[in-house]
Amino acid sequence: MWTICRKELADHFNSTRFLLLFCLVFMVALVSTYMAVENIHKVLEGRTRPSHVFLLMFTTPGRFFSLVEFVAFFGPLLGIIMGFDAINRERHLRTLGKLLSQPIYRDAVINGKFLAGVITVSIVLVSLLLLLCGMGLIALGVVPGGEEIARLGIYLIISTAYLAFWLGLAILFSILFRSLATSALASVALWIFFSFFMGFVANLTADAIRPVYNRQDIVQVMANERLAHALSLISPATLYAEATTAILDPFQRSTSRLLVVTPLEGLSLERFQGPLPLDQSMFLVWPHVVLLIALTLICFGISYVTFMRQEIRTV
Amino acid sequence: MAAIIETRGLTRRYGRQTAVDRLDLEVREGEIFGFLGPNGAGKTTTILMLLGLTEPTAGSARVLGHDPVLDPLPIKRQVGYLPENVGFYDDLTAWENLQYIADLNRIPRSDAARKIESALATVGLSDVGDKPVGAFSRGMRQRLGIAELLVKDPRLLILDEPTLGLDPDGTLKMLDLIRDLNRSRGITVMFSSHLLDQVQRICHRVGIMIQGRLVALGTLEELARRKLGDTAGSSLEEIYMRYFKEG
Repeated sequence: MWTICRKELADHFNSTRFLLLFCLVFMVALVSTYMAVENIHKVLEGRTRPSHVFLLMFTTPGRFFSLVEFVAFFGPLLGIIMGFDAINRERHLRTLGKLLSQPIYRDAVINGKFLAGVITVSIVLVSLLLLLCGMGLIALGVVPGGEEIARLGIYLIISTAYLAFWLGLAILFSILFRSLATSALASVALWIFFSFFMGFVANLTADAIRPVYNRQDIVQVMANERLAHALSLISPATLYAEATTAILDPFQRSTSRLLVVTPLEGLSLERFQGPLPLDQSMFLVWPHVVLLIALTLICFGISYVTFMRQEIRTV
Repeated sequence: MAAIIETRGLTRRYGRQTAVDRLDLEVREGEIFGFLGPNGAGKTTTILMLLGLTEPTAGSARVLGHDPVLDPLPIKRQVGYLPENVGFYDDLTAWENLQYIADLNRIPRSDAARKIESALATVGLSDVGDKPVGAFSRGMRQRLGIAELLVKDPRLLILDEPTLGLDPDGTLKMLDLIRDLNRSRGITVMFSSHLLDQVQRICHRVGIMIQGRLVALGTLEELARRKLGDTAGSSLEEIYMRYFKEG
């Protein structure tokens, strides 16, 4: 497995597509951080006691989007490109039969390729984050505290898990589909669906199952909202977005879009406007992370079962 | 001579179609065995089952004393398999391709360098070892495929149509190479082909497969005596056509 992993890693780093993609991601990240730094002053104007300023660099939208939003949208593309031709390229080159007739188990092939992809992706993320932190130190002149660093570390882990899901999905498609183009398109289609359309679909389904006849009826609205939210959580993009905003923004106290607050509760909430401690933020996103990993494992499980029983003949 | 490959009632069905039908085959240690049959007769399916790459629907096989379904790794360690139209990682050099195979077989790097050197020399590719495989001609690729098998010091070579698409000169070189490996290193060779004169030239025994069934198995003389009644001057082609018309 390590042999395969090492070879795949070498392939990734030597390939032109990796280089191009890395440059692209890096440039966009640089620009968005730069714009965020420009905007941070405006955001801070409204705050009496600013805290966690360093994290704001990643969550403040610049002219278009924040860095976190950018990773949530385009991170999957990185995972897909690392994995969409994992198995069917071997078929294409007619090396799969040869590879599998070596004294290795079949799952070692998938594991090795997956591992190589995860390592590549995490190297990209880590180097990206470190570079941006360095830039932030110079541009903002704010030194991140221990908690902020811990939050960034967790953000990194969740992001890697998120990209690993897309990598696993792309590898699954590379096993299912024999043509490179089909598997790439299938992955991209799913990515677009989950990133852009899942919200509409969730709302439509919720409206159909739990319709709201009267907007004043709090019970109806709640039921509708709850269902829509639950449905949208099927999408790993939503899971990831909610998890990372809660981690990077300590002022976020719930991942739910709708909170029913009685006037008395509202009053008591007013008194605690401070940030959540790290362990409470973790508590908030724990289910999201577990779900994300579970989705990755499901992809992996299907990959194993299909690949074990698949004919390796190319004709 | 001991049997190195033995199958009993080996069967593989794809839906309603039977690709391999109750195959009883025996390949003996130290021989060159020619596996004949028209395209689509089930030769490749049989080979894949011998390596544990396809599961048989019924029946069993033993290769080097191991069951390919339950225990494929010892088989894969000792058997060199050259698929039909073998592929390589085109952007890697010949040497790097062989190095990858050596790594997958857990051959220590110090040994591997020596083995790769000698394998490339055996197939006559020493001077292009550092060139990317993408630029290789078909004959060179096929010989590189053989070099890849030699890196792991196999006891048995299974070659699927090794001369397919080669020019006459390349074919001749390939056949000489196979014969030489068999004679000087005592490697057992099983190779499939539908080109009869090649098989006749170098094989000790042949098996003829038609529509999934093994219709003949034995030396050329045995088959000639059985089918044509005489051995003098009969070519494999005559024997084969006789079987083919009956099948």
